[in-house]
Amino acid sequence: MTRAIERREVALVDLLDRVLAGGVVIAGEITLTIADIDLVRISLRALIASVRVENEEEERGGRQGVRHDG
Amino acid sequence: MTDSLATWLYAVTAAPEDGAPPQGLTGVADEPVRLVEKAGLAAVVGSVPLEEFDEDALRGHLEDLEWLERTARAHHRVINGAARQGQVIPLRFATLYHDDDRVRAMLQERREDFTATLRRVAGRTEWGVKAYVDPRSFLPDPGEPAGSEDSPGTAYLLRRRAQRQDQETAHLRATERAEEIHASLAALAVATAAHPPQDTALAAYEGWMVLNNSYLVPDGLTEEFTALVTTLGERYPAITLEVSGPWPPYSFTGPPKAEGQARPEEAAP
Repeated sequence: MTRAIERREVALVDLLDRVLAGGVVIAGEITLTIADIDLVRISLRALIASVRVENEEEERGGRQGVRHDG
Repeated sequence: MTDSLATWLYAVTAAPEDGAPPQGLTGVADEPVRLVEKAGLAAVVGSVPLEEFDEDALRGHLEDLEWLERTARAHHRVINGAARQGQVIPLRFATLYHDDDRVRAMLQERREDFTATLRRVAGRTEWGVKAYVDPRSFLPDPGEPAGSEDSPGTAYLLRRRAQRQDQETAHLRATERAEEIHASLAALAVATAAHPPQDTALAAYEGWMVLNNSYLVPDGLTEEFTALVTTLGERYPAITLEVSGPWPPYSFTGPPKAEGQARPEEAAP
């Protein structure tokens, strides 16, 4: 039964919740600050903001996208 | 040559008896995956070019959704592949060491920690459960129409205030249901972890996400757990429940984290 679930592709957002925020953090020597969750979140925010702008342009005249301040 | 490569860590496992690395796995740079062993432990690693994976390069890449998706999936694929051969401790994305010797030193230094963690997650699996609601389902019944003797301005303000209160009431009601659902699920889990609600653009949902949690469930209770999600979905028709998994224990192998992030909570023994 669990195999059927495993075969389905994992949603990217669910994966990011775990791969970026979860897992053991050890002080990787090279990318110490990259592994820091704050930086990852800041980068993702920028990323998401750009995704949202694209969506809104596509959806112009259609369904109103959710817009946050900032 | 060694200057241009670094060692990317995917997971830590118990050293396999036959010393065989996971077969046929390739990592974030399409590199073959291998094992670095020390102190009875094995790190699942790959050698990646610094040109693409040093701090500056990563900082830029993290803004690129296509790169992030491809690389995050590769990271996850290796961890999943290793998990088929035994219990793993997944490492967070982008954990890099200068070379294999440093990895060996780290395994030696953290041996007790890793061994205890492997014991704690053995025979248990992470499952994710999300809950969405349509806020309209939780709005109070429409009240009396505004008194006709009010001036139009007053009536408008009263209506606005009532709408805001209705939204707050709806949110409170939805959150209460989500807490009931969480309590039921947590009863079958040995630990739970809360993730922040997902961004609506990335997760593509409407309404409110009122639950985004992980549950560490004993393997013997897997079917009971997924059946319970179905049952709860039927009990609360206004709430849409989604289950994901099985996951390697991403949310349950790290130390407790700071405010506002996923916080593993051990259930009382």
